[in-house]
Amino acid sequence: MPRVTIRVQAEAFDSAHETALLLRGHEDVGGVAAFTGIVRGGGGLVALELEHYPGMTESMMCRIAESACARFGLVGCTVIHRVGRLAVGMPIVLVLCASAHRGAAQEATAFMMDWLKTSAPFWKREEFANGHSAWVEPRAQDEAAKARWGSLTA
Amino acid sequence: MLRILYFAWLRDRLGRSGETLPLPQGAHSVQDLIAALRARGGEYAAIFAKPELIRVAVNQSFATIAAPIAAHDEIAFFPPVTGG
Repeated sequence: MPRVTIRVQAEAFDSAHETALLLRGHEDVGGVAAFTGIVRGGGGLVALELEHYPGMTESMMCRIAESACARFGLVGCTVIHRVGRLAVGMPIVLVLCASAHRGAAQEATAFMMDWLKTSAPFWKREEFANGHSAWVEPRAQDEAAKARWGSLTA
Repeated sequence: MLRILYFAWLRDRLGRSGETLPLPQGAHSVQDLIAALRARGGEYAAIFAKPELIRVAVNQSFATIAAPIAAHDEIAFFPPVTGG
C-alpha cells in the first residue's frame, strides 16, 4: 500500500522533515518530486485568507492522492495545505511524490496540483494594502490544466 | 433536519455559516431547496440569482442542482474552489 499523508493545517510545514517521513523504510524509492506553493505578491497584495470545508476537503485530498498513487505507481505521497491568514511569501501548499523513477514522481506532482486547485474545497480571499479585500475568482487555465488528465480515477 | 452550510462569499453575504431547517414541503432536489431559499427574498434571493456561480455538495460530495435530497442530508453551497 502506498504511504499517503494528507493534512490541512494553519501551521507552517517543514519540507525536509516531511520528505524524511515519506522515505522512512522505503528503499524502493528512486526519487521524490516536490512542489511548494507560495503566496505570490503584486498589485498591493498583503495576504491571503484561506478557508476550507472540514471533512470534505480532506476526503477530496485523499481521493486525489490515492488516484495519483494508483495512476503513477507511487510508493507514497504527502499533501499539506495551509488555511488561515498567510502573508505574501509564505508557503501555502506542499506536495511530495515518491516513486522508483523520477518521471512518475514529477508527473504525479503536476497531476495532484492540477486537481487540488480545481477540486479540493478551498477558497482564497485577497487582502490588499489599501484595506480592500476580495474573493479570488477561479481561473480558466486551471480548469484546462486539470482537463488534460481526463477523469480523476482514470 | 437538513444541515445547510455556506462558504466564502455566500457566507459573507448571508452573515451566517450555516443553518438547520426541515426539508421544505415538496422539496426533492437541490434545485427545490434553492427555490425555497430564494423565496425568502433579500440576500438569499440575491446569492441564488445566478445558480451558475454556485457549486453544491450533498453529504460532502460534489453534486448537481438536480441531485436528490432527503431529510438529514448535509448540503453545502459555495463558489468554485480556488485552492492550491
